[in-house]
Amino acid sequence: MIARLLPHPLLSLAVAAFWIVLENRLSAGTVLLGAVLGIALPLATRAWWPDRPRLAGLPGLAAYALIVLWDILVSAAEVAWLVLTRPEAELKSRFVTVPLAVTAPEAIALLASTITMTPGTLSADLSADGRSLLVHVFHTDDPDATVAAIKARYERRLLEIFP
Amino acid sequence: MTFAAEALAAALILVGGAFLLLGSAALAKLRDPLRRLHAPTLAVTVGLGAILIASMLEAGIVRADPSWHELAIVLFLFLTAPVSAQMIAKVHLMEIDPATLPPPREGGPWASHAPDDEGEPERGG
Repeated sequence: MIARLLPHPLLSLAVAAFWIVLENRLSAGTVLLGAVLGIALPLATRAWWPDRPRLAGLPGLAAYALIVLWDILVSAAEVAWLVLTRPEAELKSRFVTVPLAVTAPEAIALLASTITMTPGTLSADLSADGRSLLVHVFHTDDPDATVAAIKARYERRLLEIFP
Repeated sequence: MTFAAEALAAALILVGGAFLLLGSAALAKLRDPLRRLHAPTLAVTVGLGAILIASMLEAGIVRADPSWHELAIVLFLFLTAPVSAQMIAKVHLMEIDPATLPPPREGGPWASHAPDDEGEPERGG
């Protein structure tokens, strides 16, 4: 019964929370309408969400978000410094291949978005077999270290969140 | 408390403005199309992020009227910016020789250069 009414509990929760954020106040009315939307929208769009992603830990996801925010600040400062001080001819930009260990589509999408939102790296394409990511690096002296850092810092955590 | 929040908000607006300016300046300075794609990332993340935090501080502490819309703006930025960046990168990939890219780990083409369902390369030529 619950499973039929709420095929995607997390999506329902996200829709309801988002409605309250849009209304900008927490009241009985916004919570009620948020709950109605949270139940109705996932039900109405169920045909397009056949699978439910397996999420192993929301705390892990929160920790991941904090790490990414911190990395955005650090690498933004690095890229800003490079842009300000280096002539373009001295920048060593290049493509690198990041071999993927994650297989869940949600995890790959999150990893690609993380790479793009972190200044200095940009995910450009996925391989046709979905097992490698093409990443453009703004400036690197050691491309292998850049790939290793992406895998160790982001992908390892995503593997734990999406087993 | 109010003064501290105002001072912090002012500092954040300055930082955000500096990064927005830097993102635009980098767009003007760089010539290589893919390098130029890295410039707006600076503006979108730190530039807009700092200004939105300042806006929340101003609304919540200085005006005592908390606002959560900024969270929604950040959420949508983080959902949409990678998609537009990837679309621009894909257009660029269509125009360069696939042989100049590092290959995927297990060989095969990158998705942009893979044949589509009708057996034609995606670029249609």
